[in-house]
Amino acid sequence: MSKNIQIKVCTGIGGVAAGGEEVFAVFREALSSAGIEAAYGDRCSAHKVGCKGFCARDVLVDVVIDGDKTTYQYVKPEMVERIVREHVVEGNPVSEWIAGDDYEQYYSGQQRVVLSGCGEEDPEDIDSYMRNGGFLGLRKALIEMRPEEIIATVKNSNLRGRGGAGFPAGLKWERSFRVKSDIKYVVCNGDEGDPGTFKDRALMEGEPYAVIEGMIICAKTIGSHSGYIYSRGAYTSSVRHLQTAIDKCYERGFLGRNIMGTGFDFDLRLFKSAGAFVCGEATALIHTIEGKRSMPTPKFWSAAEKGLRDMPTVVNNVETFASIPRIVLKGASWYRNLGVENNGGTKVFALAGKVRNTGLIEVRFGTPLREIVFGIGGGIKGDRRFKAMHIGGPSGGCISEESLDIEIDYEQIAAAGAIMGSGGLIVLDENDCMVNTAKFFLEFTQVESCGKCTPCRVGTKRMLEIMDRITAGKGRDGDIELLEELGHYIKATSLCGLGMTAPNPVLSTIRYFRHEYEAHIQGRRCPAGVCKALITFTILEDICKGCGSCKRVCPADAIRGTRKTPHRIDSDLCIKCGSCFEACKFKAILRT
Amino acid sequence: MRDRNNIEKPLQDLVDDSAKERENIISVFQSIQEAFGYIPEKAVNLVSKRLNVPASRLFGIITFFPQFHLKPTGENIITVCRGSACHVNGSERLLNRILIELGIPPSEDTTDDFKFTVEKVNCVGACSMAPVVLINNEVCGKITFDALKRKIGKIRSGE
Repeated sequence: MSKNIQIKVCTGIGGVAAGGEEVFAVFREALSSAGIEAAYGDRCSAHKVGCKGFCARDVLVDVVIDGDKTTYQYVKPEMVERIVREHVVEGNPVSEWIAGDDYEQYYSGQQRVVLSGCGEEDPEDIDSYMRNGGFLGLRKALIEMRPEEIIATVKNSNLRGRGGAGFPAGLKWERSFRVKSDIKYVVCNGDEGDPGTFKDRALMEGEPYAVIEGMIICAKTIGSHSGYIYSRGAYTSSVRHLQTAIDKCYERGFLGRNIMGTGFDFDLRLFKSAGAFVCGEATALIHTIEGKRSMPTPKFWSAAEKGLRDMPTVVNNVETFASIPRIVLKGASWYRNLGVENNGGTKVFALAGKVRNTGLIEVRFGTPLREIVFGIGGGIKGDRRFKAMHIGGPSGGCISEESLDIEIDYEQIAAAGAIMGSGGLIVLDENDCMVNTAKFFLEFTQVESCGKCTPCRVGTKRMLEIMDRITAGKGRDGDIELLEELGHYIKATSLCGLGMTAPNPVLSTIRYFRHEYEAHIQGRRCPAGVCKALITFTILEDICKGCGSCKRVCPADAIRGTRKTPHRIDSDLCIKCGSCFEACKFKAILRT
Repeated sequence: MRDRNNIEKPLQDLVDDSAKERENIISVFQSIQEAFGYIPEKAVNLVSKRLNVPASRLFGIITFFPQFHLKPTGENIITVCRGSACHVNGSERLLNRILIELGIPPSEDTTDDFKFTVEKVNCVGACSMAPVVLINNEVCGKITFDALKRKIGKIRSGE
């Protein structure tokens, strides 16, 4: 009866979307009844934890009995009763629901440093963080280290900005430290506006205390007493967890006046952004906090020297700050040696798209991309063929199969035509049209362009018009060259990172998949069968059984036919949504 | 959400409250939108007077951010994620079908009876559950059109 039982339910974003909240409620209820409470008291408890990483298998539940962990996958509320009865009470794990070998494989290729507490700790409970070594890094930084020593540690760790550009964090801190000013600011950039990544969200939601601890260490180093966490307002649970964490840190004396009795003061506030992609740019972000339109301004000096309200301001990404406590605690060489030359440590990515195992991953620098797709990712869904990997969100690029042997490293990824960006990895398969994908990202950056610089505002619009024309089957000879020319000019003449990278998706797809552009322009066809104007749906009359399932799903009422006789698609009415193609069990619908 | 027809007094209170403790214009508009579902023109003028900032500048800020609505929104907000993971998993088709299902004409986003507003969001950060749709902020992952249609039906019938 001395057993200590903990049940950890994933309530990260993936977990919640799969029903994690209900699963947690049912667990809590089951544990409080059935005499379990009487038998174990507070030694048996259910906890909500942050993103466990393997979101494709959510809801994931860990049952930890005396440190011995068993993980269940795809848990539904109705499965809880049996897990509690057989595993918790009788001690026999429910073997058919336990996550299998591929679950192990998913984690074995990873090195979880920043994410080590994510999915293990209750993000709303400060004690849970402290039991896992929380605030020890802060203690060391406040009590044992001088600012110069902290800067040297961060510099030697080779930690580079995790927002995407990869500027060395230690150098940024040093610049700010050198400026003499009574007022300095520390700002955490959690604006993650890119489509296709959620690593900052997972960190803010699953490990808010690590982010805050990193910020306090930074504040102590540069001599700042005021900071902001800039989070996307649309990330409601991040906002909630961060606010709870800030409040609890004030209660426990990690924020406010005289932190840990050292006489150091630091105030931290949460700022909810109103969701514009360009706000992730440091100067634009600063203008938003100042209550202005978020337009980037020229960087005659770095924000580290003259930023928010013209005061020295360190702006770092969520992941950068979350890495700091462990670097301070375990030392620079430990962190540096996890990575490769000039790229210290590990990097968190959101792996999504057409791979089997989607979720949040953390790998060492130097890990080959191939290992991520086929090892951790488990290959392509439905045994289709890999086509491309999109790295770095709308500012990034697509990398083809032959370049898949490059390693995770800021320079190698840039040389391949993409950017590290904020850590979104989207895997595309043979059913994805590269021209359409590039157009999708360009549409995004076009809309999000703040409109300040002409090359970005007008140039991306012109590029988009050409892309529209190509995907509509009206491409002209010379369009590819025109896109390349425009792209290079926009990159060279834009002020901020948005414009400088906006043409990347187009340029990189032209570089690796020129034949697809040519097929659209010269052949007037979309090889992947995606671009609406270039495909038609027809029913093969000798295969059609007349079951009517296509007719039922057609939103445009374009399918005619009586039961048990072959149906027909009225091409004038067809909106080419492809619903019939998916609904047909007999593969009687041809997409050409 | 508060009564839309009688906004003068609550609006005045809200502007006073939020302007007092908030240094930031964006936060003020966020709380106005939270309370009313959109930013009424009256609110802009009130904030302008209260903070002594020209209304034109405030409109500039509001229209810059996709989060802010200047027109009333429906009672229920359906947010379709248009992130890249959702895109490759068919969110565009999903969005088109929702608009057809609800009978929302092109370039509009709200049904005539103000029951539903359909909006797009860049990314909700649930990429591994793509495609994702939020119904009144409840995250629905790996959603199909049929499942969504059932949910819309339930809301319509008042369940």
